Amino acid sequence: MKKNKEPLALIWKRHKYKYLLIAPFASIFLVFTLVPVVVSIVLSFTSFNMVEAPHFNGLTNYINLLVRDDVFLIAVKNTMLFALITGPISYIMCFLFAWMINELPPIPRSIITLVFYAPSISGNAYMIWKLIFSSDTYGWANAWLLKLGFIQSRILWFETAKYVMPILIIVQLWLSLGVSFLAFIAGLQNVDKSWYEAAAVEGIKNRWQELWYITLPSMKPQLMFGAVMQITSSLSVSQISIDLAGFPSISYSGHTILTHLHDYGNVRYELGYACTIAVILFFIMLLCNIIVQKLLRKLG
Amino acid sequence: MRKIYRFLVSKLRARKLRRRNRSLMGDIGLTLILAFFGLFSLFPLIFTVVNAFKPLSEIFIIPPRMSVQNPTLNNFFDLATIVESFSVPLSRYIFNTGMITGLGTLGTVLLGSMAAFPLAKYTFPGSKLMSNIIVYALMFNASVTAIPNYLIMSKLGMIDTYWAVILPAVGSTLGLYLMKNFMVQIPDEMLEAAKIDGAGEFKTYWRVVMPLCKPAWITLIILSFQQMWGTTGGVFIYTEELKPVTYVLQQMVSGGISRTGVSSAISLIMLIVPVAVFVLSQSNVIETMATSGVKG
Repeated sequence: MKKNKEPLALIWKRHKYKYLLIAPFASIFLVFTLVPVVVSIVLSFTSFNMVEAPHFNGLTNYINLLVRDDVFLIAVKNTMLFALITGPISYIMCFLFAWMINELPPIPRSIITLVFYAPSISGNAYMIWKLIFSSDTYGWANAWLLKLGFIQSRILWFETAKYVMPILIIVQLWLSLGVSFLAFIAGLQNVDKSWYEAAAVEGIKNRWQELWYITLPSMKPQLMFGAVMQITSSLSVSQISIDLAGFPSISYSGHTILTHLHDYGNVRYELGYACTIAVILFFIMLLCNIIVQKLLRKLG
Repeated sequence: MRKIYRFLVSKLRARKLRRRNRSLMGDIGLTLILAFFGLFSLFPLIFTVVNAFKPLSEIFIIPPRMSVQNPTLNNFFDLATIVESFSVPLSRYIFNTGMITGLGTLGTVLLGSMAAFPLAKYTFPGSKLMSNIIVYALMFNASVTAIPNYLIMSKLGMIDTYWAVILPAVGSTLGLYLMKNFMVQIPDEMLEAAKIDGAGEFKTYWRVVMPLCKPAWITLIILSFQQMWGTTGGVFIYTEELKPVTYVLQQMVSGGISRTGVSSAISLIMLIVPVAVFVLSQSNVIETMATSGVKG
């Protein structure tokens, strides 16, 4: 850390307009994001049920969560498995599809972008997966597998623990061309076109070399943004698990850190404990973020 | 036949002129891959559209079909009849949604990009700390902060106003972080040139930085619009006259099995608006790229 010895008045005089540009956002952020987060962290050290005032109970929540709560350990295991698979795959998918789409002429490009972005835009359309993996013989997956002779009797997809996670992973991957995908598309449009021309003169022979030597290095900021987005979204899966596998899911096979939080926050109203779960999740995300940022720095 | 052949050849030639370093096989391969995954992805859109035009008898066929035998507009007529029976006119709900999505999107894009500019391009006391907080804030789960947020809102007397849903959305750092990551790429020489021309930070932001990162803020408009369009107001807005149109539509969807037809019509309407915004803003990006020809 560099010691700053400038007097405040001078700093203000020199950077006044920068602070003024930040001020409107900063004030809203402070009141409606930062303060609520800090309050939640404080609440994680209390027992609070919304009816009575919260009372301080030190590290009890943390100890209970990490040592006594067996279900939480299942949730952590599921979430990590889920994130380790969907995180990297969806990140690479977002980039590859964005890059392929960028190869198209303008009009087809915007049509295909819409097509790929469709699952994220269409609200709760993922409920269609419930029909596909319906347990009766009317479910599409069962009907086809029976017809083609792969299985002899219907499979109870969401009632069999070993199938729940794989299905959730498929659905999440299908949903994953979202924020990062759009950011990559915009980022690709931002790459200076003259570099490609210069590179062609310099002896870059095909699109793969262009991708490796020009596109990837010049998209670092977007790749960084996409990484943070994919980390947060793959670790905070809950809604699709609750909607598709039910809540609680069969022998907790679809239980994640966030469904655990949902359980204590929205069902049992043990808010202090719910906040503890949020704080732990926050630190897990932070850790993943540090690791991924280190990896990305090595690129190019 | 000959004409078609000649047309194809001329197209291929044009293509060759247009792009260096592109093999035909590669182009075909990419197109096939995109087509395959595109179909997979398109599934929910087709299903939503088709379902809206199905008569009730076809909606309940098991397993559900991806096609419709006797398309009908009845679902939409039924929807209109229900809407007419409301105590609050539909136009009022639409007005509310307009206010919420309009102000929310404007606030997110404008305030977010204003704050992003100095953080992306300058170092000054506190800039590093602020940049870190922005990333960390993305990682704290929103469902927990909703309760402190409610308490703050009620202290400020903002419960049951548009602000109760607009301000937390504007205060989220996603937009700022997106804008910041694009602004980092703007060459320093451009800012220097603007400074030499006598432009202050405000003018540089508005005249130089914003036009340069148009793809970024168009993307942010799409994201922000979609998020604001999806809000129902929840516990933050309880007066019927102030509820957004999304709330009413979802109320109708939860009306049970007799409303199944109507609710598929609603799903289609809920989908069309974000898609329209998406298409409009995307075509805007393409237009500017076509006219300027280069990345500014």
